[in-house]
Amino acid sequence: MDLIQIKDLCFSYPTKKDTLKHINLNIESGSFTCIVGENGSGKSTLLKCILGLNEDYTGNIIKEKNIGYLPQKSDIQTNFPATIEEVVLSGTISNHPSKIFYTKSDKEEAKQVMEKLNIYNIRKQCFADLSGGQQQRVLIARALCATKDIIILDEPTNGLDPSIAKQIYELLDKIKREENITILMVSHDIERALNYADKVIEIINGEVKFIGKPSEFKMGGAK
Amino acid sequence: MIATVVEMMSHIFIQRAVLVGTLISLCAALLGVSLVLKRYSMIGDGLSHVGFGIMTCATAFGYATPLYIAIPGVTISAIILLKIGNNHRIKSDSAIALISSTALAIGVAVTSVTTGMNTDVCNFMFGSILAMSQADVILSVAVSIIVTILFVIYYRKLFVVTFDENFAKASGLKSDRYTTIIAVLTALIIVIGMRMMGVMLISSIIIFPALTSMRIFKSFKRVVISSGIVSVVSFLLGIYLSYLYNISTGATIVLVNLVFFILFTIVEKIIHE
Repeated sequence: MDLIQIKDLCFSYPTKKDTLKHINLNIESGSFTCIVGENGSGKSTLLKCILGLNEDYTGNIIKEKNIGYLPQKSDIQTNFPATIEEVVLSGTISNHPSKIFYTKSDKEEAKQVMEKLNIYNIRKQCFADLSGGQQQRVLIARALCATKDIIILDEPTNGLDPSIAKQIYELLDKIKREENITILMVSHDIERALNYADKVIEIINGEVKFIGKPSEFKMGGAK
Repeated sequence: MIATVVEMMSHIFIQRAVLVGTLISLCAALLGVSLVLKRYSMIGDGLSHVGFGIMTCATAFGYATPLYIAIPGVTISAIILLKIGNNHRIKSDSAIALISSTALAIGVAVTSVTTGMNTDVCNFMFGSILAMSQADVILSVAVSIIVTILFVIYYRKLFVVTFDENFAKASGLKSDRYTTIIAVLTALIIVIGMRMMGVMLISSIIIFPALTSMRIFKSFKRVVISSGIVSVVSFLLGIYLSYLYNISTGATIVLVNLVFFILFTIVEKIIHE
C-alpha cells in the first residue's frame, strides 16, 4: 500500500525557477526511504511540498495517513524554554485539536513514547539544555506522538557526531521494524543512509534521477 | 505602608488604574512570552506608535473617545504588519520600523498643525493614570477578560506554533491564524495600556516579564505563570512607588520591571555556579 503518491509535481520559488521538475514517486507502507542529493538539489523542498509547507505546486500529492515531522535543526529554536515533556506532548496536538487541554490518552501516549526512547526519566529537563543527539531523540518522540504511520525527517543527523548519528539511524531502524512505521528522510550522509534504507531516491537539479534499492544505487546510481 | 495603600485606594482614579493596570499587565505578560520567543518583541513598540498616530489625530479632530477609533485602527495595522513581515522582500523588523515611524510622523504632523503639544498629547506619550474614564475602564476590563480567555483556550496551539511553526503546519494547524490572533490581541492590549503607560513605555510590559522569567524558568508553562506574576507585582509596586514619590507611573513600572530582571539574572548566576 502506498502511503504517499506523487504525480508530476513541479515547484518553483519566486527567486528560483524549476526547483522541482515533474517528480513522480510512491512511498510504500513500512519502507525506510532515503532521499539523497547535493545541496540545493530540491530534497527539502520536496519534503515541504509533501507536508503542505510549500503550497504553490502543480501536480498531485496524495497522502493516506497523518504524518509526523522532524524539521531541519535550523528551523527549531534550540534555546526555547520548554521541558522535554512539553515538547513531546505537543506532538499529540493533531489528535484532539479542538480540546483546550491535553487529554489523559494524549499524556499516556507521550509517556509510552518517552519510555520507548529512553527519555522518560529526564522528561522534566529543559529541551535547550540537551545535547544535539538528545534533542533529535526528543523531536523523534514528538513526531511519533503525531502518527503511527509515517514520519518524515529532514536531515536528522546534520551536525551530529558520527557515533550519535549512528545511534539516530539505529533508533529509526528499530522504530521501523518494531512499530512498522514508515520512514522517509532526507540525508546528506549517503554511506549511512545506504546501510539502513531499503529504498533510495536521488534528486539532481530538481529531478528524480534514481529510485531503487541501496545495492543498485551502489552499483551506479545516477552519476 | 498599609496606611499609604488605604489612602491611595480611596481615590477613584487610582482604583480604576489598579483594576485596569493589573488586568493589562497580566495580558501583556501572557502575550509577551510568545512574542519574545517568536522574535516579535518590537511589535508592541510599533503598534503603540500607530496607536499614538490614531489617537492624536482623533483628538485633534475633536473626537471625544479616541480609544474607539484606535482599537480597530491598531488591530488592522497589526494584521498589515504581519502580512508585510511574511513578504520575503521586507523583513518583519523593517516592516515594524516602517509602519511605526510613518504613524508617529502622521501623529506629530497633525498635532503640530492643530492642537500643538498639549496635555492630551503628553499623556499619550508618557501615560497618565488620570486619563482613564469609566467608559475606558469598562472597555479595558472586557478586552482583558477576552484576551485571557482566548489565551487559555489557545494555549496548547500557541505553544506548538511558537516552538516550531513548520511542525504546527505539518500537523494541520493554521499557524498563520494563531500568529494573527497573537498580533490582534497584542494590538488590543497596547491601545488600552498606552493610556496609562504611554506610547514610549508600553512595549516594556510586554517584553520585560517574559525575558525576566526566562532567566530562571526552563519550562514554557512556568515561564508563562512567572511572567504573569512578575508583571502584576511590578505594576502594583510601580503604582505604589509612583504615588509615594510622585514619579510618573509608567516610568516607575518599567523601572520596577528592570529591578526584577536584574534580580532574576543574579539568581540565575547563583543557580549556575
